[in-house]
Amino acid sequence: MTETVMRTDGAAIGRADRRKEDARLLTGRTNWTDNIQLPGTLHMATLRSSMAHAKILRIDTSAALALEGVLHVYTGRDFPELAGSTCVWPVTDDIRMSHYPAICTDEVKYAGDVVAVVIANDRSVAADALDLIDVDYEHLPAVVDMEEALKPGAPLVHADMGTNECYVARMPCGDYEAVKARADVVVKRRFINQRLIPNPMEPRSVVAAPMGMSDEITLWSATQIPHVLRVLLALLTGIPENNIRVVAPDVGGGFGAKLQIYREEVLALVLAKRLGKPVKWTETRSEHMVATHHGRDQIQDIELAVTKDGTILGMKVDLLADMGAYLQIITPGTPLLGMFMYSGIYKMEALDFTCTGVYTTKTPTDAYRGAGRPEATYAIERIVDEAAAELGMEPMEFRRKNWITHEEFPYTQIAGLTYDTGNYEAATARAIELFGYDELRAEQKARRESGDPVQLGIGISTFTEMCGLAPSRTLGALKYVAGGWEHCTIRALPTGKIELVTGTSPHGQGHETAWSQIASDIIGVPVEDIEVVHGDTGRAPYGMDTYGSRSLAVGGQAIKLAGERLVEKARLIAAHQLEANPDDIEFTAGTYSVKGDPEKSTTIQAVAFEAFTAHNLPDGMEPTLSGESTVDPLDFSYPHGTHLAAMEVDTETGKVTLRKYVAVDDCGVQINPMIVEGQVHGGLAQGIAQAMYEGALYDNDGNLLTGSMGDYLLPSAADLPSFVTDRTVTPSTTHPLGTKGIGEAGAIASTPAIINGVVDALRPLGVTDVFMPASPQNVWRAIQNAQAGGAR
Amino acid sequence: MIPSSFDYVKASTVDEAVAALTAAGEDAKVLGGGQSLLPVLRLRLNSPSVLVDVSEVDEMRQVTDEGSALLVGAAVTTYEVMHHDLVTAHVPLLAQTAALVADPAIRHRGTFGGSCTHADPSGDMPTVARVLDAEFVVAGPGGRRTVPAADFFVDFFTTAVGPDEVLVAVRLPKMGGWGSHYEKFHRTAQAWAIVGVAAAVRVEGGTIAEARVALTNMGATPIRAASVEAALTGGPATAEAIAAAAESAADGTSPTSDTHADAEFRRHLARVLTKRAVTKAAGL
Ligand SMILES: Cc1cc2nc3c(=O)[nH]c(=O)nc-3n(C[C@H](O)[C@H](O)[C@H](O)COP(=O)(O)OP(=O)(O)OC[C@H]3O[C@@H](n4cnc5c(N)ncnc54)[C@H](O)[C@@H]3O)c2cc1C
Repeated sequence: MTETVMRTDGAAIGRADRRKEDARLLTGRTNWTDNIQLPGTLHMATLRSSMAHAKILRIDTSAALALEGVLHVYTGRDFPELAGSTCVWPVTDDIRMSHYPAICTDEVKYAGDVVAVVIANDRSVAADALDLIDVDYEHLPAVVDMEEALKPGAPLVHADMGTNECYVARMPCGDYEAVKARADVVVKRRFINQRLIPNPMEPRSVVAAPMGMSDEITLWSATQIPHVLRVLLALLTGIPENNIRVVAPDVGGGFGAKLQIYREEVLALVLAKRLGKPVKWTETRSEHMVATHHGRDQIQDIELAVTKDGTILGMKVDLLADMGAYLQIITPGTPLLGMFMYSGIYKMEALDFTCTGVYTTKTPTDAYRGAGRPEATYAIERIVDEAAAELGMEPMEFRRKNWITHEEFPYTQIAGLTYDTGNYEAATARAIELFGYDELRAEQKARRESGDPVQLGIGISTFTEMCGLAPSRTLGALKYVAGGWEHCTIRALPTGKIELVTGTSPHGQGHETAWSQIASDIIGVPVEDIEVVHGDTGRAPYGMDTYGSRSLAVGGQAIKLAGERLVEKARLIAAHQLEANPDDIEFTAGTYSVKGDPEKSTTIQAVAFEAFTAHNLPDGMEPTLSGESTVDPLDFSYPHGTHLAAMEVDTETGKVTLRKYVAVDDCGVQINPMIVEGQVHGGLAQGIAQAMYEGALYDNDGNLLTGSMGDYLLPSAADLPSFVTDRTVTPSTTHPLGTKGIGEAGAIASTPAIINGVVDALRPLGVTDVFMPASPQNVWRAIQNAQAGGAR
Repeated sequence: MIPSSFDYVKASTVDEAVAALTAAGEDAKVLGGGQSLLPVLRLRLNSPSVLVDVSEVDEMRQVTDEGSALLVGAAVTTYEVMHHDLVTAHVPLLAQTAALVADPAIRHRGTFGGSCTHADPSGDMPTVARVLDAEFVVAGPGGRRTVPAADFFVDFFTTAVGPDEVLVAVRLPKMGGWGSHYEKFHRTAQAWAIVGVAAAVRVEGGTIAEARVALTNMGATPIRAASVEAALTGGPATAEAIAAAAESAADGTSPTSDTHADAEFRRHLARVLTKRAVTKAAGL
């Protein structure tokens, strides 16, 4: 399956340790939020609008209130000012910001918007009560299509704004019009990066509970961002931040969907405080489909200006990005996270980027695995294939001619980012070898010549991405209202055990194992003696949480520094104990010894005990042994890789089959190659799913047609081949551990690889694009239309 | 989501089940494996006051050899159908199709009878029952009756089984001398059929002596492709003749449009899949 050597001995970094956390996560015998049962808990249920856009004329809650077990029914009138979510990234000075009510007061703006909230003493009763609430609506026109929404006279999502345009962001780099004038060929395509529904295994869930007689309220939530959430909850509810403790217990996947503040969290907190009792809410899967933010949803008009000999001169990107009905935490910024990445791994003289954010009466969009970079990567990797085809060049040759060569690093690309390291040649060479590129090209030729109804295509994606969010100053320059640092405290306990407190907040990534491995190498204690504390603003007060492949890239640096500081303090104590000069003390594998006199030694565990008793410390030294660090990263990190897909396309039925997938990634130094492997596999499955299966569809009235898993298709293991994976290792030079990110790479790279493969299979039939997902119907239509002489 | 509350009765005989249904009136529902009924309840598309569980009624758990036919109990699970020696020996089409239903977890709970009574137009088992002209043994307060497949499937999610009746078993003819194949077209491994085609042919000396073809999801109920059957019968068992006959597969059908396929694409698929199903059934 994989060529990676899995070491299980020696130094902890680089070792494929089994994940410590898996036994409890896989058996479910753990603290999922929904498993938390507090005495006296009240259950919350939400009544959601069945219409996309309507005025609320009247709400009759009397029948619901009469149901035994129902304690309260709240409507927007009860909380007229309370916001249910907020946006922390006003991307332009003149952006039009929406107010997202906790409960709608007089208008609903998407099917799924909340109109009433029931509090009952039992979850089933709360659900029954929803059926008894009677709402009179006055239908308003739905706003579904982005292009229609921007036309004068279009119905408005937010009437007070006078337009559905949320913002226009521009970033001209170089002079695109000038390079276009020099181009021999300008390749133009419109790509649709369809709307996706994240669907983590664990749906959202929240419990808010007043803690005894104190003013503290603890809020457990299946969230990726306990720290950020705490700040935002305080800002939205007016409850002092110091009275709110947020805990993200074990969280079962997020993919960006839990990088959010949601109205159910705000309401649970406010109602728990008001009622003085724990309030609990767990999302159903049907609710998830409409009530948790969606991802992607862009129309991409792309131009690539090239010369006859296959040199890229410049690129123009004009995006329409669907915001949905309201702005949530980083809704408008999500498409702009891709802004710098449209040139991908290629050299060019100009990049002209424009993005228009558009309000529609649909579920809000926001970050989803890759957030902006998958869309950018899709556009560039698709358009280079199209350019190669128009020029009659082999697509890999076209890429080679234009990519940054390994001698050229560090390389400042057209959007101004400096890629520190990379080796596209090496990753590509390895991928081609594992794939059997030439043999598959030969088979493709044979199938074309024999007119086989099943054609073969080869899809290429030579991608890079920016991750490891992010230098705080850069975020500030982009108008994001928070920083991108990360924190770690490592405490040696008196018994020699270690508590590693991290500000990252894992939800499946295996931080407990990987962080222990890093700390184990640095401070020399066994992995099993290290407890990783995370996701609790009470126990781990500082942090910026987990998203954007940042946890290792940024959080890892903090672990390294904190560990080194602890080791340095311990060195002084050891020197004092061993009656030697600190400069003469060596530290290896947890033991301090005097240079040239290895008999004189002590262990870090013994030093920890000395630091605790404080009976015999150097003069002036404070007791206790810990190290602490808050790191602001120097730069983003730039993982890259070459992915190849062999696609079989049944031209009679349009059915697409992924036959072979090779992924060679370069994420720099790997702390735990098995965890890297897991991230690659999961990412591939998600990116492939966008290309082949997933897609949220709405009808003209704004109803979600794909509201269940019968319609919104997710692949299972049975639908995917055994992936062939490997890594090249080009360490990052801006990150002290040499690591980059790997959480999103698979999802970013694989989508264009699949579609490039499908189009490659069908190109002799005249097909130049296929709508995602490449469902049988979409593929069959593309063939029909090409044969009828039309595009697509 | 969360279903509204209901009472639960576990029947140990067919009579007990019928009595429970009769006592509860229109509002009761039979519970087989629950793989279709529970989603219906959870989505609150229906809220019966009583569920009568027949999944452990002994008589309904048997597969019986009746000589020229098999009697398959309605509570036999899809997984059991797939592996039962009598089924694989005498009605291999049913076993082959069962293996294509949903995923292993659902096959272990869902029942053959539940599949037929649920009568989802995209269900696979009803099409097999229809192509083989199965007979349905139905028990009600007035005793038992036998309903031919042609009359059993009435409309979308509607069969001849009344609200106070239980489907006890399905009688399927043995298929010695026939070749058969079910061609299912779906997107993910565990998904329902977008279109499915069940074909059974008896080839004698290079000629198709008898042909049966039925379509899944090309209308409200499984339908026989009568014009394909007519075109095949008496003709040569060749790829060309089969392809020509399959051209009329969509004639007289009325498929729906949904998120996976519109009606036009379904008609196209019916033709392609009929060609493939019959070709494989004929052993070509
Ligand atoms: C994700 C998923 C994928 C699926 N994919 C497929 C597929 O690809 N192909 C396919 O054919 N099916 C598929 N199914 C349906 C599955 O096969 C169900 O098991 C089957 O349709 C219903 O059988 P059941 O025993 O679970 O019936 P239940 O869910 O218990 O009942 C279904 C209906 O039949 C009635 N009923 C059940 N038994 C009797 C009886 N003996 N007498 C009278 N009425 C009865 C019930 O009252 C109810 O109305 C899928 C289901 C799911 C959840």
